[in-house]
Amino acid sequence: VTSPRGAFISLFVNFLVELTALATTCRFRAAIMMASSYNAKDEDGHITVSGPGGGTLRSKKPENTAFKQQRLPAWQPILTAGTVLPAFFIIGLLFIPIGIGLFVTSNNIKEFEVDYTGIDMSSPCFNCSQNFSWNSTRPCTCTIPFYLDQPYESNVYVYYGLSNFYQNHRRYVKSRDDSQLNGDVNSLMSPSKECEPYAFHENKPIAPCGAIANSMFNDTLELFYNDPNGTRIPIPLNTTGIAWWTDKHVKFGNPGGNPNLTAAFQGTTKPLNWRRPVYELDADPGNNGFINEDFIVWMRTAALPTFRKLYRIINKKSSMVPTLPRGNYTLEVVYNYPVRSFEGRKRVILSTISWMGGKNPFLGIAYITVGSVCFFLGVVLLIVHHKCGNRNNSADISN
Amino acid sequence: MTVPKDIPDKWFPIVLPLKRKKQKGLNGAKSTKKRTEEERRVRANDREYNEKFQYASNCIMTSKYNIVTFLPVNLFEQFQEVANTYFLFLLILQLIPQISSLSWFTTIVPLALVLSITAVKDATDDYFRHKSDNQVNNRQSQVLIRGSLQNEKWMNVRVGDIIKLENNQFVAADLLLLSSSEPHGLCYIETAELDGESNMKVRQSVSVISALGDPNNLASFDGEVVCEPPNNKLDRFCGTLYWRDKKYTLTNQNMLLRGCVLRNTEACYGLVIFAGPDTKLMQNSGRTKFKRTSIDRLMNTLVLWIFGFLVCMGVILAVGNAVWEREVGSLFQSYLPWDPPVDNFLFSAFLSFWSYVIILNTVVPISLYVSVEVIRLGHSYFINWDQQMFCSQCNTPAEARTTTLNEELGQVEYIFSDKTGTLTQNIMSFNKCSINGKTYGEGTDPLGPQPKRLDFTPFNPLADPNFCFYDDTLLESVKVGDTHTHKFFRLLSLCHTVMSEEKREGELFYKAQSPDEGALVTAARNFGFVFRSRTPGTITTTEMGRPVTYTLLAILDFNNIRKRMSVIVRNPEGRICLYCKGADTVLLERLHPCNQELMNITSDHLNEYAADGLRTLALAYRDLSEDEWEAWSESHRCADKAASCREDRLAAAYEQIEQDMMLLGATAIEDKLQEGVPETIAVLSLANIKIWVLTGDKQETAVNIGYSCKMLTDDMTEVFIISGHTVQSVRQELGRARERMIDLSRTRDGEKEEGMEGGFMENGFKEAQEGDGTGGGGKQLQCPSPSPSAPPPPSNLMDNISGEFALVINGHSLAHALEADMETEFVSTACACKAVICCRVTPLQKAQVVELIKKHKKAVTLAIGDGANDVSMIKSAHIGVGISGQEGIQAVLASDYSFSQFRFLQRLLLVHGRWSYLRMCRFLCYFFYKNFAFTMVHFWFGFFCGFSAQTVYDQYFITLYNIVYTSLPVLAMGIFDQDVPEQRSLEYPKLYEPGQLNLLFNKREFFICIAQGIYTSVVLFFVPCAILSNATQSTGVPLADYQTFAVTTATTLVIVVSVQIALDTGFWTVINHVFVWGSLGLYFTIMFALHSQTLFKIFPNQFHFVGSAQITLLQPVVWLTIALATAICIVPVLAFRFLKVDLKPQLSDTVRHTQLVRQKKRKPVGRSVGGAWRGVGSVSEGRLGARGSRRSGYAFAHQEGFGELITSGKNMRLSSLALANFASRHSSSWIDTLRRKKNSHAHTPPSASGESSPAPSCVSVSVPPLSNSSSVLGGTPDIPIEEDRGATLVQNTQTVAASPTQTPPASAPASEEAAVLTPAAVRAHGGDSPGGWTVTLGTVQEALFGWKTRTTASNSPGPPSVAKETSQIE
Repeated sequence: VTSPRGAFISLFVNFLVELTALATTCRFRAAIMMASSYNAKDEDGHITVSGPGGGTLRSKKPENTAFKQQRLPAWQPILTAGTVLPAFFIIGLLFIPIGIGLFVTSNNIKEFEVDYTGIDMSSPCFNCSQNFSWNSTRPCTCTIPFYLDQPYESNVYVYYGLSNFYQNHRRYVKSRDDSQLNGDVNSLMSPSKECEPYAFHENKPIAPCGAIANSMFNDTLELFYNDPNGTRIPIPLNTTGIAWWTDKHVKFGNPGGNPNLTAAFQGTTKPLNWRRPVYELDADPGNNGFINEDFIVWMRTAALPTFRKLYRIINKKSSMVPTLPRGNYTLEVVYNYPVRSFEGRKRVILSTISWMGGKNPFLGIAYITVGSVCFFLGVVLLIVHHKCGNRNNSADISN
Repeated sequence: MTVPKDIPDKWFPIVLPLKRKKQKGLNGAKSTKKRTEEERRVRANDREYNEKFQYASNCIMTSKYNIVTFLPVNLFEQFQEVANTYFLFLLILQLIPQISSLSWFTTIVPLALVLSITAVKDATDDYFRHKSDNQVNNRQSQVLIRGSLQNEKWMNVRVGDIIKLENNQFVAADLLLLSSSEPHGLCYIETAELDGESNMKVRQSVSVISALGDPNNLASFDGEVVCEPPNNKLDRFCGTLYWRDKKYTLTNQNMLLRGCVLRNTEACYGLVIFAGPDTKLMQNSGRTKFKRTSIDRLMNTLVLWIFGFLVCMGVILAVGNAVWEREVGSLFQSYLPWDPPVDNFLFSAFLSFWSYVIILNTVVPISLYVSVEVIRLGHSYFINWDQQMFCSQCNTPAEARTTTLNEELGQVEYIFSDKTGTLTQNIMSFNKCSINGKTYGEGTDPLGPQPKRLDFTPFNPLADPNFCFYDDTLLESVKVGDTHTHKFFRLLSLCHTVMSEEKREGELFYKAQSPDEGALVTAARNFGFVFRSRTPGTITTTEMGRPVTYTLLAILDFNNIRKRMSVIVRNPEGRICLYCKGADTVLLERLHPCNQELMNITSDHLNEYAADGLRTLALAYRDLSEDEWEAWSESHRCADKAASCREDRLAAAYEQIEQDMMLLGATAIEDKLQEGVPETIAVLSLANIKIWVLTGDKQETAVNIGYSCKMLTDDMTEVFIISGHTVQSVRQELGRARERMIDLSRTRDGEKEEGMEGGFMENGFKEAQEGDGTGGGGKQLQCPSPSPSAPPPPSNLMDNISGEFALVINGHSLAHALEADMETEFVSTACACKAVICCRVTPLQKAQVVELIKKHKKAVTLAIGDGANDVSMIKSAHIGVGISGQEGIQAVLASDYSFSQFRFLQRLLLVHGRWSYLRMCRFLCYFFYKNFAFTMVHFWFGFFCGFSAQTVYDQYFITLYNIVYTSLPVLAMGIFDQDVPEQRSLEYPKLYEPGQLNLLFNKREFFICIAQGIYTSVVLFFVPCAILSNATQSTGVPLADYQTFAVTTATTLVIVVSVQIALDTGFWTVINHVFVWGSLGLYFTIMFALHSQTLFKIFPNQFHFVGSAQITLLQPVVWLTIALATAICIVPVLAFRFLKVDLKPQLSDTVRHTQLVRQKKRKPVGRSVGGAWRGVGSVSEGRLGARGSRRSGYAFAHQEGFGELITSGKNMRLSSLALANFASRHSSSWIDTLRRKKNSHAHTPPSASGESSPAPSCVSVSVPPLSNSSSVLGGTPDIPIEEDRGATLVQNTQTVAASPTQTPPASAPASEEAAVLTPAAVRAHGGDSPGGWTVTLGTVQEALFGWKTRTTASNSPGPPSVAKETSQIE
């Protein structure tokens, strides 16, 4: 009579009944009893007829509760001109100023971007990009000069950007072992199957395992300010503070309590594409191994095939001097990371940020657009309502 | 007759619906044999012989499982459900690592939940079945083994055993009755458990065996029975008994079936023929049909479409994957090599297809089916809980016995109703009579003081205190000793087949087989002619306090052709007299010519009575001389003994003596309608529901009831009567009816258009326009075209018939009309009519008519009935409704909904059905929307992630989205939503129309929802995509990482669908608030929990998203994104909805708006616009109109052959108990007789002239003048409110306004005045009108004066309640 799901339903209903009965009259015990007896009847396809003769029978009159009689007090909203039109105007009036604010903020942010993939013959990195091999021992370096036409006042954030790089591919995304990265010793020595085919190399477990780690971005970027005097002043780049706090302190951790990372990673091997093992990523023990921030940043996969990741931070030194004054700069790239094989692009971005983050003109424009559309719609609807709207409604009722 | 209360419960397992194959589990070997069993041979007292055949034992097994088989069998059953299998398939797909795009638990969690809970429920049910099986199997019975009676358990009884039954015992198996303690081998059984019929039935054993008598003889009985194999036909058995080299034919008359109870019989012996699963009871168990609603079917189609859509999406994405892997992926292999088995892009695409099937399967989640069932169950509870559908007299609440049909209740277009017990109470009351040309019991003036009910007790101590009569002139006439009056009542006290029982001196109980006969005898009793008792040869009465015993010489029994019955009695003085009562049509022809003048007067009276919807009988007598009697009695004996054509010869003999009679007068009996029937029918027909009455009654009776319950009105344009006996004549009559309809409707349309120009009113309500300005009496309520001025297209003339027509068709004609070549003709004619009455139909024809409509009209049908004869109709209609408490429980058992009053039907349909439909539609729209919005994001993301089937959301979000985050608000909406309050949907029946036209959820609506869902998914993906790709946190960390994106999109999605449900919910109860806000809260809580450090530390591999929620939701950009996306999703919807409500408001919108405005004003403002209840029309004029039409019915609804039973004396032992149920049972058994009759005398033409003569072609139509209010259905728009009220007060308004009319705004003084006036009005009507009318009155007032009265008080009308309600509003 009922489908096999009946039971699931009755559970649901009991739950509902319970909730509502609690909300209404607190007689939920009776309600549930009714529910179960009802089910039995329904299942059996049989009813007992109680003739009028059964004087001793208790009355089967349903309880007169607001819930059971479907008379719960309720708010019944209606879309009337009085509520809808103001809503449109309010949305419009709210969104337009926000949009303008966002747009102005975004425009005040300074951003500089340079593509150093080396596709063009003229590009300084052309050579490096041409003769690349993962195994080459001698790194290829290229130097990219650029000019900033306005000073960057506050902290400057250095990003590297990759295009056409599918960090969001399903097979890529899952190819990691979070428990290994969290410092679990067992996982360190026997990485999860998800890491295949980057789990073992020459019968040694790879640490860190998986395709994500294996393809870690390993170009080195250095920035020099070309003083008008002709000297190249290296700009100090801060390597920490670029990862999420939770990643650095919760999600990632070096194996064991062993302060000696070399010993901790004993018995593992480095990922195939890496030049150095994971415990040699940085000299600073607080930024080495799995908790190396460059590594952590890379491991936080991007949502879209074109993305940028934070590389370094140039901290503002004093309030008097701009972090990056106007002038000529040189970017020195140790070109390790091949992208041409899959038509990828590499970029470097220098950017300041505001309260709402980096440069993002779209948000402001979108807000202004949506706000204006709402406002416009409000006007149109108002006109429509007045010209041909059915205002008889109120006329009908007044009788 | 007292059944122990608990016994029916013990029978639960037997009546259980169960699959036959399940039973075979235990005795599988036997069942294979059973299939080949062609005949059954049983030898009494010979177990060895019988064992050869391996007949089933008497052990029944209704349980499905045992401990070992439970798990596999139950799982196997559950996976027979397509949905479960589908999810299992998905689960298997997910276990393949190359395909798995989701974790296995996203599917297994809901699936396991559903499966395990179902399993637990099945297990509990089965446990109880085991228990009750055991109980039944272990009942004791006395088996005759080797000559002695031994106690055996039921389960050990074998085929061929002889068992002894005692009074009030259940029959253990299907038995052949061998002998009984009663004479003639008779025994009495009650078959209520078996077929629901509560009357006693007689069974008789084969006479030679009944002589065996005692156990010793029976022990040596060695007869052999050869009979048919087990089957489920309850009323048929055929077999042969071979005993002592003789053959005896066995019929159902010799059988005692399992499930029956022995009554009034000390003991009896029976031979077990069928045992256990072979018994007819068990063979009958199980419901045959599983009904599905049209929404179900639509939903299944849509789900299939969605699967198609899913496959398309999968193919598109797989192609994309192929291209991507070839162009990009192959180059990207240095970073991301293909999985081992994949060696080319095509294989990768193939895998990707399945991966996407997994991801996108959430467009049809398992929760859809679960939620639909939950909602339906909720609605069923509301039906069960409805106090206004509770009948306090019979202590029966309404019951939704099927939980799957609720929304179909909101789409009903055709109602097929039984008459007796459904429309009528099956209570007859003696209302009026005409004696010697003087009429008594004339209807009293409604305005005058309420007449006193006559008190008979001082005059007659034997009077029945329940008898009501108001005209004291009749009593006076009896007291003064008017001879005619005395003769009149003497006749009533003698000429009948009623049995009496006198438990104590003076306490008489009459057992009449038809209630109208009972009413007549009771009337005679109260007027001093008390029928006391009868023997086969005498009738004892008390006439005016003096006991008299008449010798009963003959009963000239009633039959349907004769339409009369007579008795010939000799009074103590020795004079012989024939008393006859019968239908006026036959009786008046047989009068002595000297009666001419009296006949004319009486016939006028008869017409009057008939016009009031009363059932009439004419009474006559004839004094016979001794010689006449002797002569006739000789010829009668002759005829009686005739071997051939006995019936015909008897009829001729009867005819011979029933001549030259003297007319005495006529009686009028009221077949009391159930409470509120006319109102209900009026409201339902306003809701555009067509009501067909299918009854076994005679045409006259049916037409009369049609009039009295306002299905037929005198304002109908025309009533067609189809009563042809041949195919040709039926075809001609149907054709004529159609032509006439088209003709009339043309002329009327012309009229109407003229009327439109003048009288068109500016009115928001559609029906006002439709019913507006018609010249004639009727209204075009059924006119389907929305704009009334548009002329109907000529192509489908029959669909656009305007005007009210009605069709009356009788059983013979119906049989022809239902034949294949005529059925379309019949359907098109009948469906153009507003009311159709089919009379004298058999139960099978009832079902055929329903099937016919189902076949030809894509409409939802509802059948309502109360008796066993309605079962077929109830089962074949889309929705079957059983009226409980009248005629046993069989109709209820077969029904989907049951309640005890016909009037609850309007509430069931217009309130519960409408709401259910609305809720279900809104639920489905929203559900598809939310799942498309949710799922399609993956599709768009596919283009950016290399078609790799990467999900956008966290897998936990995918698991929980449908079952936690979004399920409760939509469930709350699906269960609690209301667009207009209940009173309004009764007030504006037109609100029911969207359901019939299926406007709220159809393919178009579905595509709109889908489109909206896809639009939302586009916004949900691209807005965050565009914003986040460049955005950074305020610490400079980019926000474009996958986890931030996932959290942002998921949060936006949850917020957008919550806002959407908030827009969709029209009725915000506490529960809705709790669920909507709760779901949002739950989302954030669960998300923070899942992203917490604690969980990550325990399962670092399962919770990758650690910290994402905390960091992401702290970013202002993320919130700006969410706000923006929400605005983009919702604003167009809001604008669209507003425009729809503003420019093209539906009736419900308007009513809702009205409600709102009224709430704001907070005062009882009058509301007459659209008030469906507007009493117009006057009784006097209604009667005037009716006078022209002659409708007479005669009150004779009983079984023939009873007279014979009385005279033979056979039933005299049948104590009063046995007869107790004839009164309530007459109708179906009467139909059975009729059917039997018909079968045996297929060629006896029922006198066609007699039947159809009262209304040969049509009822003459009187067209009332335009201006006055007698147009019953439909208001003239410009009658001022005062006049209306005047009409209400002065006249007994029993009619309802069809169309809302615009009345000037009721100013405050007016409504105050109304409040003052109405109690008087109620008092004026409360007394003389039968209870039901006061309801109308109350509602009329409500409509007129805008009172927010609840109809709950309908049972106790009158000033106090009205006053109370008024104060409630203030």
